[in-house]
Amino acid sequence: MSAGIDLDNVCCDFGTFRAVDNANVSIKPGEFFSFLGPSGCGKTTILRMVSGFIEPTQGAIRIGGKDMRGQRPNQRPTALIFQNLALFPLMPIWENISFGLEVRGVDKATRRKKAEELLALVDLPGAADKMISQLSGGQKQRVAIARALAVEPQVMLLDEPLSALDLKLRQHMRAELRAIQKRTGVTFIYITHDQGEALAMSDRVGVMSQGRIQQIAEPRDIYDNPVNGFVASFVGENNIFEGSLGPVADGMAALTGPHGSFRARIRPEAEGKPLKLYVRPEHTKLAPTKGSENSVEVEVTEVAFEGAFISVHGHAAGGKAISAEVRNDGVTPVPALGDKVYATFDAARALLLPDANVRG
Amino acid sequence: MQDLLRRYGTGLTSVFCLLVAFWILVLIVLPNFAMFEQSFRPYLPVVEVGGPKDVYSFANYSKILDNGFESTIFGIPVTLPIHVLTFLDTVFFSALVTFFTLVFAYPLAYYLAKIASPRSIPTLLLLLFIPMWVSEALRAFAWYVILTFNGPLNAALKGLGIIEESIRWQNGIFTSYDAIVIVLTYCYVLFMLFPIYTAITSLDTNQIEAAEDLGSPWWRTHWRVVIPHAKPGIASGCVMVFMLSAGSLLVPTVVGSTKANWFPQTIYTWFNDALDWNTGAAYSMIFLLACIVFVILMMRLFRVKLSDIAK
Ligand SMILES: Nc1ncnc2c1ncn2[C@@H]1O[C@H](COP(=O)(O)OP(=O)(O)OP(=O)(O)O)[C@@H](O)[C@H]1O
Ligand SMILES: [Mg+2]
Repeated sequence: MSAGIDLDNVCCDFGTFRAVDNANVSIKPGEFFSFLGPSGCGKTTILRMVSGFIEPTQGAIRIGGKDMRGQRPNQRPTALIFQNLALFPLMPIWENISFGLEVRGVDKATRRKKAEELLALVDLPGAADKMISQLSGGQKQRVAIARALAVEPQVMLLDEPLSALDLKLRQHMRAELRAIQKRTGVTFIYITHDQGEALAMSDRVGVMSQGRIQQIAEPRDIYDNPVNGFVASFVGENNIFEGSLGPVADGMAALTGPHGSFRARIRPEAEGKPLKLYVRPEHTKLAPTKGSENSVEVEVTEVAFEGAFISVHGHAAGGKAISAEVRNDGVTPVPALGDKVYATFDAARALLLPDANVRG
Repeated sequence: MQDLLRRYGTGLTSVFCLLVAFWILVLIVLPNFAMFEQSFRPYLPVVEVGGPKDVYSFANYSKILDNGFESTIFGIPVTLPIHVLTFLDTVFFSALVTFFTLVFAYPLAYYLAKIASPRSIPTLLLLLFIPMWVSEALRAFAWYVILTFNGPLNAALKGLGIIEESIRWQNGIFTSYDAIVIVLTYCYVLFMLFPIYTAITSLDTNQIEAAEDLGSPWWRTHWRVVIPHAKPGIASGCVMVFMLSAGSLLVPTVVGSTKANWFPQTIYTWFNDALDWNTGAAYSMIFLLACIVFVILMMRLFRVKLSDIAK
């Protein structure tokens, strides 16, 4: 059982401060949807509105097509996993997990059985009688997931549940969460400020900044076709060039600045706004000779070995920082410190983007 | 200790220790020990103190069992020594006061800790504290005035049409202890409020929200999440209010009816009217011990550990 969620022009004001501005999303039943954004951009606020702890100042939230206005959190078919988990430290684990069933008047034996089943599902068999304080961070995490799953919610809301874990465990839990979501088919709304996490786990991602949803798209699209400079910068590295825009033809335009003239893709809706050129380091190639277009001379100032690739940083004329990634495949030549090389990129890989969509 | 030495040096540290030792020994241990010792000796004219009659015995203690008195407890007629009856009344009504303060203090503490906006807290706490600036004696007399036959309470209730005839509060409607219970509840409710308030403040609000999110109605959230967390605070509040109420001399003296006897009044009578300090000391010892036993039994009953209260 899972339900879709629609946010229609949802706004949330705290006094005069607008924490969420005009959010429009339509999340499909069974989808794994992530909200990605920096700290303080309003992610938790959205989640708290969906779970019913805050009423939107404007707009409507529908779950499974039903308007949720006026519904208390205990009446909504959602289960929230809190940023700090909020497990009950005075109850043993099985009571934590079955609390939602206890509320629904399920008898003790059935509750216990269900708790054990869920513990098996989250890979924690035999922990039923332990106390919360006896668990590690990752185990607490799983208990929180089990507790939320116990009430068979149609929507699971997860507020940065992995942020407190170490890298290894985080990666493990990502896979686990994804697997649990597939197994149960419940709609997941997942909140994170970790772009890798959002891109790796989600069916779709909504990138937020300062209370506004900047872009909603599949992870690949977010990375390859960001709609503005904020999204491009938040989900990865970029070399950014400024300049004045030439005429647009066939979805391409030229940008002329202090480092030369570059051609890049432009979206129709971006035309007429102040634009900058964004190109990813992995699409920036280094060569001893000047390319036919989109080429700029760079002096290498740093070569950092990263394992699978080598990160090369340099300065163009005027001290502008440029970086490139060279694949560590033993074939591609790696420039040395102090070398003068040409950084060249494909016009189809470069984007002309406006800044973030902010109010004002 | 090492820490103290390092931080303040030998001189200051020994001053601290001596002061604390003085406090405990001279102001607490010695007087109590003197009372304890006195309580086993007979009350004698000064010339016979230290004479052949001055021997240790339990005679003072056994006086509490003198003077059988016929009364009814919950409708069952019983004959109990009058002082034992007073003692039982004192414990019962102190427990009742404790219960009432808990009923008032818990919702208020929850409101202050979790619902009131942080900006209004200082004002609210101040309002709660203002009555405490007045001495307990004055507050008791104020209540004496409020509860008198022609006093404001009766006038107000009659004005509102709730009652037709004035009530003799001091004699009581339910028991002759009504007035004492009302005033003690008023006097000691803050001693219940603050430990509970502190305990609830330390509860993560997300836990309350998590319970609600899982479908819990408000009363179950309180029963399963808030009250278990606040239990140490509730327990220390209960112990404090119970001991203060049971030990109160002033309030029963000011507002009590002639039929309501509070055990500290009995002790006071031995000391002050009978001038029999030895029996008074014996009664004090009995009272202290019995109250401690009662508190421990109650803690057992509600599964509270001593270490919880110390927190
Ligand atoms: N109850 C509140 N009253 C006033 N302002 C609030 C309240 N809750 C949140 N805000 C503000 O709303 C903005 C968004 O907060 P929110 O908690 O949604 O951020 P977030 O995206 O979850 O950040 P983080 O990643 O740090 O958790 C913040 O600027 C915050 O200060
Ligand atoms: Mg947050």
